[in-house]
Amino acid sequence: MTLDAKIPQGPLAEKWSKHKFDLKLVNPANKRKYDIIIVGTGLAGASAAATLGELGYNVKAFCFQDSPRRAHSIAAQGGINAAKNYQNDGDSVFRLFYDTIKGGDYRARESNVHRLAEVSVNIIDQCVAQGVPFAREYGGLLDNRSFGGSQVSRTFYARGQTGQQLLLGAYSALNRQIHAGKVKMYTRHEMLDVVTIDGHAKGIVTRNMLTGAIDTHDGHAVLLCTGGYSNVFYLSTNAIGSNVTAAWRAHKRGAFFGNPCYTQIHPTCIPVTGDHQSKLTLMSESLRNDGRVWAPKTVEIAEQLRKGTLKADQVKEDDRDYFLERKYPAFGNLVPRDVASRNAKEMVEEGKGVGGSGFAVFLDFADAIKRLGEETVKAKYGNLFDMYIQITDENPYKQPMRIYPAVHYTMGGLWVDYNLSTTIPGLYALGECNFSDHGANRLGASALMQGLSDGYFVIPYTLGDYLAKIGPKKVDTNHPAFAATKKDVVDHVNKLLALKGTKTTNEYHRELGHIMWEYCGMARTDEGLRKAKGLIQALKADFWKNAIVTGENEEVNASLERAGRVADFIELGELMIDDALMRKESCGGHFRVESQTADGEALRDDENFAFVAAWEFKGENQPEELHKEQLTFEAVHLSQRNYA
Amino acid sequence: MNLTLKVWRQKNAQTSGKFVSYKAENISPDMSFLEMLDVVNESLTHKGDEPINFDHDCREGICGMCSLYINGHPHGPKRGITTCQLHMRTFHDGETITIEPWRAEAFPIVKDLAVDRSAFDRIQQAGGYVSVNTGGVPDGNAIPIPKVIADEAFNSATCIGCGACVAACKNASAMLFVSAKITQLGLLPQGQPERYRRVQSMVAQMDEEGFGSCTNTGACEAECPKEIKLTNIARMNNDYFSAKLFREDEVHEQGH
Repeated sequence: MTLDAKIPQGPLAEKWSKHKFDLKLVNPANKRKYDIIIVGTGLAGASAAATLGELGYNVKAFCFQDSPRRAHSIAAQGGINAAKNYQNDGDSVFRLFYDTIKGGDYRARESNVHRLAEVSVNIIDQCVAQGVPFAREYGGLLDNRSFGGSQVSRTFYARGQTGQQLLLGAYSALNRQIHAGKVKMYTRHEMLDVVTIDGHAKGIVTRNMLTGAIDTHDGHAVLLCTGGYSNVFYLSTNAIGSNVTAAWRAHKRGAFFGNPCYTQIHPTCIPVTGDHQSKLTLMSESLRNDGRVWAPKTVEIAEQLRKGTLKADQVKEDDRDYFLERKYPAFGNLVPRDVASRNAKEMVEEGKGVGGSGFAVFLDFADAIKRLGEETVKAKYGNLFDMYIQITDENPYKQPMRIYPAVHYTMGGLWVDYNLSTTIPGLYALGECNFSDHGANRLGASALMQGLSDGYFVIPYTLGDYLAKIGPKKVDTNHPAFAATKKDVVDHVNKLLALKGTKTTNEYHRELGHIMWEYCGMARTDEGLRKAKGLIQALKADFWKNAIVTGENEEVNASLERAGRVADFIELGELMIDDALMRKESCGGHFRVESQTADGEALRDDENFAFVAAWEFKGENQPEELHKEQLTFEAVHLSQRNYA
Repeated sequence: MNLTLKVWRQKNAQTSGKFVSYKAENISPDMSFLEMLDVVNESLTHKGDEPINFDHDCREGICGMCSLYINGHPHGPKRGITTCQLHMRTFHDGETITIEPWRAEAFPIVKDLAVDRSAFDRIQQAGGYVSVNTGGVPDGNAIPIPKVIADEAFNSATCIGCGACVAACKNASAMLFVSAKITQLGLLPQGQPERYRRVQSMVAQMDEEGFGSCTNTGACEAECPKEIKLTNIARMNNDYFSAKLFREDEVHEQGH
């Protein structure tokens, strides 16, 4: 099978307009003859469900939470980018496009990214019309802040809760369609497989998490909006329930997985305190607007800080190394996330880490408080400071915060073409679930933009084209594929329930996380990755022998839910290792120690690796097959990223 | 720290439940409350017993999934936080902690400490939105909104829909929750066209779900993890009476 990204012809800036005209339409009276399945109700899923419902399609939406409003998009803090240029500071669609391509270290598809930048402006208008209470200036107009990887202020925000407000906006639009009868909502349902007939996606299999009922649902198309897979690292900033299962099961049915090794380590998270830790908490990147990152200049001072004999505010100005400002004077504390994270790691490795564990650097607001006053700082970041106080019992108004990188986002995901279609016709992937727009590193405030772009403004056009081509004939639910896929799911559930060993699935998950963080985290080596592959294979074999799963299927059973997700994470982990091994270059969030510049920056190899890796599942315990989508750049010139 | 937990266990809504005592041993004060329950559940699983079922997801106080009535308080003894943000340093060694689910007729028990809050979704579906389709909306800066109004709307919009207000109220009233959405949209210019229809639809659905009336006690405000103010209820009542007295005709048209 050859990959066809279906990129429209023509100049970059006209591709999307032209493509929209070329796409087939479904006439209004025919839309009601189509059933669309949407899995996940975060920004991508909720916006898609609402918009497709408004257009007249029959939508069935699924989420594993008790309400669609709880999807993990809700936890996004900082903001959403849009090329509005309200600040008159030189922003434009092309600049947002350019920043995103560059920030992604030239590993994203130009056409997709340009479309994203184009529709970014519509998203803000849409959200304001829904009643999303964005931050405003005294004149009543929308306020902006700046974010990493950009030199303009284009980020719209709602205090430190932008994701919450945008999701509640999409949720309200979804509610309106549920009330109108155009969307049927299934909560506490987990998708466990996708049904394909003649190679086309025609339905899904779900487990009702209240009753254990395993059912099939049919539709003319299936949209996966199920988020990312950061929880493969066990500790991440994702919600506990965030998982890869829906995407992974689709992968095993034929959807290629794109760039699985591209994961983002966010620089500003609250450091780990102990083994009991179940998740990590992010402090929005927006803090780097006013906070200054530093580590002590010498190992001796760091030691005193770790022991607690010296307090951070007692360290003299001359003894502080504001390492980001020193190394990157143009961008300072606002360098992209991968750069900031790696530099923090370097400081720790040089013995200059702080905090009890030594795995932390400082983020200091003393200057900002002096310059702006405590009240202004509180108005901007109050809720983030409160969160920090809750977790650490320390006051960031008096002492600098301690921060350390944590896994936060996965740029990789199901491979999709320009229409957001996976390699299974009729199966689409939106939002973080797909691999498409962020290359090897995502810029801050771009995830919300992409989720809503895909859901509100891309899929309503591209899906219609597919539906018009297949026609509105009802899906044949008597086709043996439905019964067969359901049987596969029942067998898998029973296999899990039969596990009565000695180790909890949580213990396996934590072990997997250790392996991934150690060997496939911020820095990766050929030797380490090969070792990790062996460790994961052994872990998988052990899981299927010694894991404990309690209870039965016909009840609420968190143990069973968890077991299925951990089993899938283990398999994904191995593919991530394969992908990281194959990609011998460094790019963005993927740092291969063997490939770095003299200054220790990520060194790309454009000649050999300017492609998207799309992996095809070839059967249980078989090596996956690599397909390459060559990336071509017409509008931007590939250069070594330089933020100095 | 070593603690004793008295935990409500109940198989499902059809069966009756009871308190069961568990030991929580070697608990670090840096653990969150839910991480402490994780530790207990791990040891139950090792023994082949069924772990305690509770709702949780983001574990950073924003998704609204976690609940728990801890020592007589929704989300525990501290103000302005959710259960997942509560840390064990709040408790002392040897303490006995009582953990119950939200208690309200409109929130039937799912299992153990988890309840069914879908009534909240149905209230939002009845009218908690601005009826605009995707596309064809004016520019985001077309309608200036005074900063104080936008900030006030934001304060109401921070509700996470956890249900603590209902759990705290002796009448199991949902008025704080419902009024937060009504106030958010009622303050903003975008919410004006449907303002009076919205309040009537949402209040009607609230009543239908079996939530009680406001007692004016203010327990909801005191226990709300997002510190949503009672003034929201006053605004809702104001809009509701305005609608019933002067604008009731606006509610008849229910088309979308």
